[in-house]
Amino acid sequence: MAHGPATGLSRWMFTTNHKDIGTMYLWFSFAMFLLGGVFALVIRAELFEPGLQIVEPNFFNQMTTMHGLIMVFGAVMPAFVGLANWMIPMMIGAPDMALPRMNNWSFWILPFAFAMLTATLFMEGGAPNFGWTFYAPLSTTYAPPSVTFFIFAVHIMGASSIMGSINIIATILNMRAPGMTLMKMPLFVWTWLITAYLLIAVMPVLAGVVTMMLMDIHFGTSFFDAAGGGDPVLFQHIFWFFGHPEVYIMILPAFGVVSAIIPTFARKPLFGYASMVYATASIAFLSFIVWAHHMFTVGMPLAGELFFMYATMLIAVPTGVKVFNWVTTMFKGAMTFETPMLFSIAFVILFTIGGFSGLMLAIAPADFQYHDTYFVVAHFHYVLVPGAIFSITAAVYYWLPKWCGNMYNETMGKTHFWLAFLGLNLTFFPMHFVGLAGMPRRIPDYSLQFADFNMIASCGAFLFGAAQILFLFNVIATIRGGKKATAEVWENPEGLEWTVASPAPYHTFSVPPDVK
Amino acid sequence: MKNLLPIDPTTRVSLKLAGVVVGMFAFAVWVMPPLYDLFCEVTGLNGKTGGQYEAVEVKVDTSRTVTVQFVVTKNESMPWEFKPKVGSIKVHPGEEVEMSYMARNLTGTGMVAQAIPSVVPFKAAQYFHKTECFCFNQQPLQGGDSADLPLRFIVDQDVPKQVHTITLSYTLFDVTEQKRDLLAGLAGAAAGP
Repeated sequence: MAHGPATGLSRWMFTTNHKDIGTMYLWFSFAMFLLGGVFALVIRAELFEPGLQIVEPNFFNQMTTMHGLIMVFGAVMPAFVGLANWMIPMMIGAPDMALPRMNNWSFWILPFAFAMLTATLFMEGGAPNFGWTFYAPLSTTYAPPSVTFFIFAVHIMGASSIMGSINIIATILNMRAPGMTLMKMPLFVWTWLITAYLLIAVMPVLAGVVTMMLMDIHFGTSFFDAAGGGDPVLFQHIFWFFGHPEVYIMILPAFGVVSAIIPTFARKPLFGYASMVYATASIAFLSFIVWAHHMFTVGMPLAGELFFMYATMLIAVPTGVKVFNWVTTMFKGAMTFETPMLFSIAFVILFTIGGFSGLMLAIAPADFQYHDTYFVVAHFHYVLVPGAIFSITAAVYYWLPKWCGNMYNETMGKTHFWLAFLGLNLTFFPMHFVGLAGMPRRIPDYSLQFADFNMIASCGAFLFGAAQILFLFNVIATIRGGKKATAEVWENPEGLEWTVASPAPYHTFSVPPDVK
Repeated sequence: MKNLLPIDPTTRVSLKLAGVVVGMFAFAVWVMPPLYDLFCEVTGLNGKTGGQYEAVEVKVDTSRTVTVQFVVTKNESMPWEFKPKVGSIKVHPGEEVEMSYMARNLTGTGMVAQAIPSVVPFKAAQYFHKTECFCFNQQPLQGGDSADLPLRFIVDQDVPKQVHTITLSYTLFDVTEQKRDLLAGLAGAAAGP
């Protein structure tokens, strides 16, 4: 029964072990994070000074598009699926995922999807250049020929996400240890359960919208072509019907991660567990009825503008519940500031800033001014970088000793945090100002008045990029050696994953634990 | 019914979820576009106007006058000359009005065009009825030829009181690639007696 992993390459190719697959997801995500980061640095290098210096405008547009697509679908989503694979079975006391073979498949189609997407850079006409939101007819009538490969890449990554979600739901619903009732599950498991339902509901819509594009391009239909009786605005409705839940797909698991880390380092149980669960579910529900706040300027009737404005603002309520719960958890706690905690506290503060700029954008009459400016770029980078990326980083530092059995270098970790924190704020905070002053997004050149802030942003971006190399170095050094970690790793952390040895054995919970 | 689903709980939940996936895909491709069109037509959203309208006998409301303005746009530098015969008309609600547009193919080769209407303000769209419109069909024209394109419309007498001006916009699209067969019909007609 108890046998170790196979040796060599076949271990990774044919594995059905949730830990191996989780590891592969995380490494793949990190590779994509670096690739998407290089694209971002091309953008920031071009925007270092006004005027065209480094790249052609068309290539610049390809960079913004590929940066967005790779970060969303290649870096953030696979990282959370990787964390889910590693942690969910260990958190609920299950021996593995419910559908291990499908698990292998849903990982292994991803590299092919992204190889195909990246290959478009070398195709005639270049890579997709219409922005990650690929609005039709820009992405149909006026697109480079490589758009077809982009469509198939989206199909494949969608299939991967759907299979991953089915697996996660089946695992959580059917494989919990005896006594692990739903309301005893760790919040990371809860947030992932809800995220997986969101993915099941909206990834098919994304597949549908790219399929309609494919039909419009190659098979003579006119879903989005006004000349044939279609409507370009329909594209935006369908896209954002997927796109808005998608942004919560990228943040809900982050809420779960932070809800695991803050209690450990505040040495207090999480404040308001049940309200956290209900807040997550409310956010997920609201995410389906706010999509048109991305399209206030398409010409909606007043009633529509008002509905989507108020519904969007309503999201601030459950999100506020969460933020106050985290703050209350820390209140009067015996806090220490290890690297995962630093990233988590920065998450709470900076994500809240991103939430507030989101509220500003939700105000329909004001949005007419902010729409498609750098203010929007500042907003969603404030929720995604210190939101998704920081929480993933925090999760890696928090659970890495459990994964490989060694402690990471705390000094290096803290250096990584402060460099990343400084870099990210230098990069994205000035974007609020240039955005409010009217600098449009997705342009390779800009008016002289925006020069200084853009130069600061570019310096910050390179600093943030350099900090990630330190992260990579720290993780590799930890895997290769370092101080041995205890089974508990931290002081009295909560959760079943800390009851197994460090590093976690290849097979855990072959006999289900008894949860009281 | 219960026996149709497999006993194994993992298989059962996976199949249910796969059903949701298929359902959501079908919803996006086959339900959302027609639903959206219907919604726009009912509410007049996006200035979409309905299809051919059957005129009904109504009293013309001579106490009110609505100005109807005509504007045209040529999509992606469509190489035709296309303009309304008049810039605007004053009409009474309920009255059937006829006017026409002039189109000329300025190129040397045959082309097919499609005009797409849009009405501003949006809330007037559902009160703007076309009893005859060239936009219901495609317009084939040989190189250098021109044509008069007729339009008959009625502004509904129920049009809201605050609407004083309605702007009807046509965008002309080049659909030669998709509708080349119409051009063949045109050539055949020209060669006939």
